[in-house]
Amino acid sequence: MIDAGHSLILIAVMSVITIALRVLPFLVFTKNTPKAVMYLGDVLPYSIIAMLVVYCLKNVDVLSGSHGIPEAVSVLLVILLHKWRHNTLLSILVGTICYMLLIRLWF
Amino acid sequence: MKNNAYIKGLKAAFPRSLPVMAGYVVLGTGFGILLAAKGYSPWWALLMSVTIFAGSMQYVGVDLLASGASVISAALMTLMVNARHLFYGISMIDKYKDMGPRKWYAMFGLTDETYSLLCSDYEPPKDVRKSDYIFFLTLLNQCYWIIGSVIGSVIGNTVKFNSAGVDFSMTALFVVIFVEQWEKAESRLPAVMGLAVSLICLLVFGAENFLIPSMICIALGLFLFRKKLKGGAADD
Repeated sequence: MIDAGHSLILIAVMSVITIALRVLPFLVFTKNTPKAVMYLGDVLPYSIIAMLVVYCLKNVDVLSGSHGIPEAVSVLLVILLHKWRHNTLLSILVGTICYMLLIRLWF
Repeated sequence: MKNNAYIKGLKAAFPRSLPVMAGYVVLGTGFGILLAAKGYSPWWALLMSVTIFAGSMQYVGVDLLASGASVISAALMTLMVNARHLFYGISMIDKYKDMGPRKWYAMFGLTDETYSLLCSDYEPPKDVRKSDYIFFLTLLNQCYWIIGSVIGSVIGNTVKFNSAGVDFSMTALFVVIFVEQWEKAESRLPAVMGLAVSLICLLVFGAENFLIPSMICIALGLFLFRKKLKGGAADD
């Protein structure tokens, strides 16, 4: 933990914005939703999840250390396992265990 | 008699909430362990799950807290990660119409999972008030999430184990969502663009500063390709 005060402020910010996003449509879009808003609602989630994957891997250094091999192997495993079984919890659990083992045993 | 009506609502909501129970308890536990690994007590997990109640965002939130992110970047991140909730609300305006004051709680608790349960064609039995059903479904789901995250946090704070690499659960969660979206998306352009833009911004701006430019470029890019994408059909 870095600073409890700052953490509290960040939690408040996350909470207020999440609540605002959930409540706003009920207050604003009672009849006609602007097309631009509808459009973003359709496509934004796809781009943002892709961005979050990159965000999670932002500190991977391909040039030194383990060269990102544990990350690459584990991500690949999650993708294949999920395509095969479509079981969210299984994919996350196996992927994480694989990663934890890789960074302990080989890298 | 009023209590009786509540119990009927609870009884109708409980079996419907069971699939979410499994998911929320496990994902919540993962979140709690992650938060504990960064040195936060179970009270923090409780606070976040009560006041934020958004799965992906709380995983990202752990990172924001631990890295001491600025208020601006936390705000922008929340805005981008949770923007989809705007659209959940839009499709629930009608369903939540006659809920009275409990509508406020139902709006607050409209997560991906609650949304998907309410989107299904299921209708509660005739003697159950719809508002009771929606209210208890939301409440049960949040209880599962809170229980999971507190359990995880207690485990993470008491059982001393080498937690190096637990962070990967967040990566795995987003990769799983990515795969699911990839399979059902009508156009893969938004996903590919999100990936490409973020990677380019990561290379250009570095790990500490790439998020905000990525978000801006993604939003601009999506509007640029509006005609090409399925949503462009809305112009007709």
